Amino acid sequence: MKQPLIEIKNLSAGINGKQILKGINLTVRPGEVHAIMGPNGSGKSTLGYVLAGRKGYDVTGGSVTYDGKDLIELSPEDRAREGLFLAFQYPVEIPGVNNTYFLRAAYNEQRKHRGQEEVDAVDFLAIVKEKMKLLELPEGMLKRSVNEGFSGGEKKRNEIFQMAVLDPKLAVLDETDSGLDIDALRIVAEGVNKLKRPDNAAIVITHYQRLLNYIVPDFVHVLWNGQIIKSGGKDLALELEEKGYDWLIGKNGK
Amino acid sequence: MSESTNTIEAFVASDYKYGFVTNIESDTVPPGLSENTIRFISAKKNEPAWLTEWRLKAFRHWQTMTEPKWPNVHYTQPDYQAISYYSAPKQKKKLNSLDEVDPELRKTFDKLGISLNEQKRLSGVAVDAVVDSVSVATTFKTELAKQGIIFCSFSEAVHTHPELVQKYLGSVVPHTDNFYAALNSAVFTDGSFCYIPKGVRCPMELSTYFRIEAANTGQFERTLIVADEGAYVSYLEGCTAPMRDENQLHAAVVELIAMDSAQIKYSTVQNWYPGDKDGKGGIYNFVTKRGLCKGANSKISWTQVETGSAITWKYPSCILQGDNSQGEFYSVALTNHMQQADTGTKMIHIGKNTRSTIVSKGISAGRGQNSYRGQVKVMKGATNARNFSQCDSLLLGDKCGAHTFPYIDVQNPTAQVEHEASTSKIGEDQIFYLNQRGLETQDAVNMIVNGFCKEVFRELPMEFAVEAQKLLGVSLDGSVG
Repeated sequence: MKQPLIEIKNLSAGINGKQILKGINLTVRPGEVHAIMGPNGSGKSTLGYVLAGRKGYDVTGGSVTYDGKDLIELSPEDRAREGLFLAFQYPVEIPGVNNTYFLRAAYNEQRKHRGQEEVDAVDFLAIVKEKMKLLELPEGMLKRSVNEGFSGGEKKRNEIFQMAVLDPKLAVLDETDSGLDIDALRIVAEGVNKLKRPDNAAIVITHYQRLLNYIVPDFVHVLWNGQIIKSGGKDLALELEEKGYDWLIGKNGK
Repeated sequence: MSESTNTIEAFVASDYKYGFVTNIESDTVPPGLSENTIRFISAKKNEPAWLTEWRLKAFRHWQTMTEPKWPNVHYTQPDYQAISYYSAPKQKKKLNSLDEVDPELRKTFDKLGISLNEQKRLSGVAVDAVVDSVSVATTFKTELAKQGIIFCSFSEAVHTHPELVQKYLGSVVPHTDNFYAALNSAVFTDGSFCYIPKGVRCPMELSTYFRIEAANTGQFERTLIVADEGAYVSYLEGCTAPMRDENQLHAAVVELIAMDSAQIKYSTVQNWYPGDKDGKGGIYNFVTKRGLCKGANSKISWTQVETGSAITWKYPSCILQGDNSQGEFYSVALTNHMQQADTGTKMIHIGKNTRSTIVSKGISAGRGQNSYRGQVKVMKGATNARNFSQCDSLLLGDKCGAHTFPYIDVQNPTAQVEHEASTSKIGEDQIFYLNQRGLETQDAVNMIVNGFCKEVFRELPMEFAVEAQKLLGVSLDGSVG
């Protein structure tokens, strides 16, 4: 069995003194896709933010080992440079900042971190165009400002596009399916599938089962009240679709 | 600098010529201002009598004036008798190229990632470098002269083209205009002069770098640019000063005149020393800049990036006299630490179908205070005048301030005047988004700020836009964290 890419042990975390994650255990190995499902308010997005190191989200217990390092000790930017990517549920707009310019800055930060030379604008454009083709994205997206005036679907596609360019070891997709119509959902899911390799992994956070018709997970976990209350294979998602969350929550007696 | 502790009384009382001997050696007059100081400056520059008289007239008027109190800035008034009104670099030799310019000056530009040599070589920008009060080098002069373009120091123009200087000096900013303009008219020492003849499109960017070097001196440059019928010129202005504990006064006057169908594009990247974090030292930048669209279909564009100075008081304006003339003002003003800026523009619509555009971006960080003050005035005869104004403010932190003072005065019912304003804060979520893509917080802030300023930066000539972006980064250093 491969070494874990990320090992989350008994992780507790909260915001403003309010405990949200109450002892999460999760191990993800390269080549795996894990789906995290659960009803609203169960702590799914918090998990994404805690892994990415968002300010205000305090880890109160447990540990996270990422690629052999203590993840909690790393700054948000160092986590990103080490190949951890968060696809946001609500990507923000950065007015006036060109998408390509922004992405090249991010790309070069990663390269500098690895001791590699920075890539100039011309070479970068070649890299970017290749990825756009892979994801069937319109080139017009490159000329626009980061997410400015993008529709919900465009923003999500831009997240997947950034993911493709930055080529993370571990991608955390936070409700990437929310607000997408079925075509956009298909494009986004196909993008994720195309980027899947034996040496990278993804944690797909989702509310609905429908995304999992397109992205087939190796493991499905149900998060409720800050804990993973059930883990299983892809069939678990289908079971949830059929029965809802109540039977699990009831079983946990809470 | 002169180590002399002369007060004005001692200076005036001292033997006039003898007093100057030591001073000529150091090339700095002792502090103080009187008719004698003005006669000294004028004599030193070997000026014609009409100019000496013009200065004295301005001085006499200045004495009747008081400093303006209406700007939204707070500072201790300069002691005008404690300032030295003339200081020339000690070098005797006339410089032939920028390579010979003060290495200190070049070091400053290097620190900002700007190489004067590089820039000159790469882009063929003609440069006039003014250190303290004196123009030390003008490049590409002969090449420009082949097309009839005059680009030289102001003092030189007084001797070589007195008729042009006499005709236009004070024609846009009269010596009575305001306190600082009057002071400048009395004591200005040098600056740049530029004349583009009929139908000539100036083939290169003309550039002036201003530098205050000596301590306790004021810098009072005078810039005069005339674009004759159908001419075009793009002019760049950059400024720096070393760090000093005491405040130094900079009071320049810039006059632009555009004849029929002429266009003048004037870009400034102002980076005078802003003072330290606690507000000690820094330049008082009290500048009067005004352009006259004298001819029909003429156009004047001001683009400014103001990142320096302890206090900025500056309103580059356009008088749209010619029919169908256009005025533009694009501004980025940044105040960090204890900096204060009160800046904006005036667009005076006189001719028919005149149009003006104002885009102002104010950025406040630290305890900086940033005010936009703008006037749009449409006179009776300005049929179909149109103005569009947009003023956006961006706040970093909660100790800084942004203020907007628009004045609109419309006397013609056919005019259309639009004003848009916004104030926003850099969001935690924006910073986190960029952090998550691998950017440090400071880089993230710089990127967001540069994005905010984009509409202005794209008006700058290419190499200046790059400088401006770097400069914002330097100026915001330490504004977060």
